Amino acid sequence: MSDSVTALPKRSSRSGSERGAATAATRSDRARAEVRKRFEIAVLAGPAIVMFLAFVIFPVFMAAYYGFFKWKGFGAPTNFVGFANYVVIFSDQAFRDALVHNGFILVMSLVMQGPAAIAFALLLNQNIRGRSLIRVLIFVPYVISEVIVGTGWSLMLQYTGAVNDLLTNIGLGALAHDWIADPSVAIWTLMVIISWKYIGFAVILMLAGIQGIPDELYEAAAIDGASYWQIQRWITLPLLGPTIRVWAFLSIIGSLQLFDLVYIIWGQYVASTAGTSTMATYMVREGRLAGNYGYGNAVAVVIFIISLLIALTYQRFVMRRDTEGALTGASGRKRK
Amino acid sequence: MSQTSLTARTGPSRRIATSPSGATWGSPTTYLVATVLIAVCIAPVIYIILGGFRSNSQITVNPSGWPDPWVLTNYTAVLTSSLFWQQFTNSVISAVSTTVGTVALALMASFVIARYSFAGRNAMYALFAAGLMFPLTVAITPLYLLIKNLGLTDNLLGIILPQIAFALPMTVIILVPFLAAIPKELEEAAAIDGASRLKFFVRMVLPLSLPGVITTGILTFVNAWNSYMLPLFILNDSKMYTLPLGVQAFSSEHSVDTAAVLAFTSLSMLPALLFFSVFERRIVGGLTGAVKG
Repeated sequence: MSDSVTALPKRSSRSGSERGAATAATRSDRARAEVRKRFEIAVLAGPAIVMFLAFVIFPVFMAAYYGFFKWKGFGAPTNFVGFANYVVIFSDQAFRDALVHNGFILVMSLVMQGPAAIAFALLLNQNIRGRSLIRVLIFVPYVISEVIVGTGWSLMLQYTGAVNDLLTNIGLGALAHDWIADPSVAIWTLMVIISWKYIGFAVILMLAGIQGIPDELYEAAAIDGASYWQIQRWITLPLLGPTIRVWAFLSIIGSLQLFDLVYIIWGQYVASTAGTSTMATYMVREGRLAGNYGYGNAVAVVIFIISLLIALTYQRFVMRRDTEGALTGASGRKRK
Repeated sequence: MSQTSLTARTGPSRRIATSPSGATWGSPTTYLVATVLIAVCIAPVIYIILGGFRSNSQITVNPSGWPDPWVLTNYTAVLTSSLFWQQFTNSVISAVSTTVGTVALALMASFVIARYSFAGRNAMYALFAAGLMFPLTVAITPLYLLIKNLGLTDNLLGIILPQIAFALPMTVIILVPFLAAIPKELEEAAAIDGASRLKFFVRMVLPLSLPGVITTGILTFVNAWNSYMLPLFILNDSKMYTLPLGVQAFSSEHSVDTAAVLAFTSLSMLPALLFFSVFERRIVGGLTGAVKG
């Protein structure tokens, strides 16, 4: 309601002298403006909402529905099995292994990428020569597709590949491994590839966050004689908090949904023996590839619920201040 | 009056803020770390590109070596193959349509969320924010069935529509602060000049939100270009493949011809790389705007 103020000033300012006579006209104007506003909202927001409901929300609800059936994907599902699919999922050792792998990937992504990304962002925020070139180059792994990353790295990491050859050439031949197939190192190989692929994104986010910190704070600290490290510790890090929390949130969600890299490098079957399978590769293998669409959908629901629980917990306890600020900030601005 | 004292004060302190010359952080160390970082980031990419210039026997004998002599046939073979260009075209169509569709729809929806007040405005924002929790992985199987029922398998529209839908939440969330930050006075001034809100949207909002639009546009383009899981489910005919599927099919068909695989791979990553390097500067700027709100 309060927004009709914005639509009205033109009328009221022009008809200033004859305000009394114009009230009736203004009222019908107001009604017309209201109709017009609703029409604009429908036209502007409608397409996005329809697309979103049709291709994102609807399929997710269908997954929940199909998950209660034993169903091969042909015709309508009729063989209702209740929670039987879910019982199978949680009693399947392969799924529990995948869940553990996802947990490992989640924690190690935060531990390996977070501190490194902050350090690199601080480094790249300095006024060094070729800074913009460095920024482009550090983002290269993020920009190239998972398929290319997977294809390239699996060629390099073969037992007879470039990495082992390089190690042998510099006298570290003893370190050569079958990086991809050996279950004792495979998940670490995956972690290195994930870090390599996604750290550029973290660095760019942190850089944007650092540049959003007002210069005045640094100037004040410099006047007070603070050292470089003191400034980073007491100004940059605390003010970078919201950015770090948003990055961690995106990283957590990404870790829980990880599919492409594992599927491309380890394929559908090797992943479980190499100890790198994830919930998503399990879902595709046991669902679509095995033709058990009902079961695959049940796995999808489990992934969704696990992600949602973790995401909500995280938002509730870690990001609460940030999101509150964002929402109240936006609505406060609007109400003014 | 304090003009000179102000510049005198900000001058040196700004230098301290952006390029601290503290004894603990010498410049050679900075360059060393930066060089190592960059080497790690691009070495695998260089390996792929250079590998395409080698022959298979070179790669077998010396996996981590330099091309000697340089072989061009791998690249020319890919560049003259009609399948590569077919898949390249598919990727371009998919990425461009997804980007245009996403930015257009998200900009309109964000404009409503940021600048109209009505019951359900917060619910609309929450709907898109919740969309971040609904990743493709969860929806993929029913989505595949939906696309199949719509008769859009082996059709680029079958990947473009879902890609737009899944790109919307992130795009809306980045764009809303941009649109909300446009001063109310501008809108009032436009209204006094007799411009409707739609006119205001076209004349003022579009130009002013350009940084945010470019940032989200680049991210959407790169994601669509690299999209893998969706095409994997929807596209079965190799003539309809986008490049990521093409790379995978090529590398399993030519698993013994490593050099050809590397050439195919490096040619398929070039467009996204070029596109990104041209616009890179804008990304940090756009994200900074979004973070500042």
